[in-house]
Amino acid sequence: MMTFAQQIIMIGMVVLGTMLTRFLPFLLFPAGRPTPKYIQYLGRVLPAAVFGLLVVYCLKNVSLFSGSHGLPEMLSIVLVVLLHLWRRQMLLSIAGGTLAYMLLVQLVFV
Amino acid sequence: MRALRAAFPYTLPIFAAFWFLGLTYGIYMHVCGFSFWYPMLMSATIFAGSAEFVAADMLLGAFNPLQALIMTLMINARHLFYGISMLDKYRGNGLKDAYLIFGMCDETFSINYTANIPAGVDRGWFMFFVTLLNHFYWFSGATLGGIFGSLLNFNTDGLDFVMTAMFVVIFLEQWLKDQQHTSALLGLGIAWLSLLLFGADSFLIPAMLAILAVLTWFYKKPLKREGQAG
Repeated sequence: MMTFAQQIIMIGMVVLGTMLTRFLPFLLFPAGRPTPKYIQYLGRVLPAAVFGLLVVYCLKNVSLFSGSHGLPEMLSIVLVVLLHLWRRQMLLSIAGGTLAYMLLVQLVFV
Repeated sequence: MRALRAAFPYTLPIFAAFWFLGLTYGIYMHVCGFSFWYPMLMSATIFAGSAEFVAADMLLGAFNPLQALIMTLMINARHLFYGISMLDKYRGNGLKDAYLIFGMCDETFSINYTANIPAGVDRGWFMFFVTLLNHFYWFSGATLGGIFGSLLNFNTDGLDFVMTAMFVVIFLEQWLKDQQHTSALLGLGIAWLSLLLFGADSFLIPAMLAILAVLTWFYKKPLKREGQAG
């Protein structure tokens, strides 16, 4: 467990990181000059890769070889995807998948 | 006041979304063992939903400020490109500019980037109120969730899946927008490989560096260049 000071430093780092991504363009690119090609390219391709990374990050503690073998996670993710392809309502997909997961871990895979 | 009245209807859908996610975030923080001061302060100062969920998770792990910084930079890297799109709009509004840039989350960006601001309404104030209202929705949702999380008397086991579900939806949205999926698959594949190689506690930084390296490599090989994304 971290100390309070360490927690504040961690939160400060997240604030700093967020502010850097928001303010940097305004500091780096003066009005009316074109953005470097490489930066534009990263802007197109980086988001998809980062979201993939974040999905893996969320599942990092799931073990396929013990416990429930990742089944509740897999089933709930399939449900999230199906719900989202069906209605494309972000809140419905998130709420539905989370509810399903809660029911699975509380009632089925106990 | 005209600007506030013009801005408010644009933010209504965001109100629903931010209250739902904000309340859930506050409750999630409570389930993680944090008092409501944490979601309250974090929602006010960070104001970037996905980074805040990940920050909660990192606060429970080991003290690693560098990883927190790099992770936030990667999660929020897309804001760099919002900024680039707003270089002209977010200039020339005086002191309001600093707050506009501070509060440029995905939803605020998409409204301020696309809204048809009615004639006779001050652009700067309109964008200011869009940002302020969204900020307030997120802040109040997260704070209330943190306070009332303790009053919930149902079993919250599994509620942490909300973060997974959220990123699956964001990933899917990006996938549906993109014409090519090389980058999305690279992100999944490299992260998974790195997880197998380095384990849950230390796979993030190698994964992020490898993703940047491979994407840069694709950039330098024009024939295989990817990305008519979004």
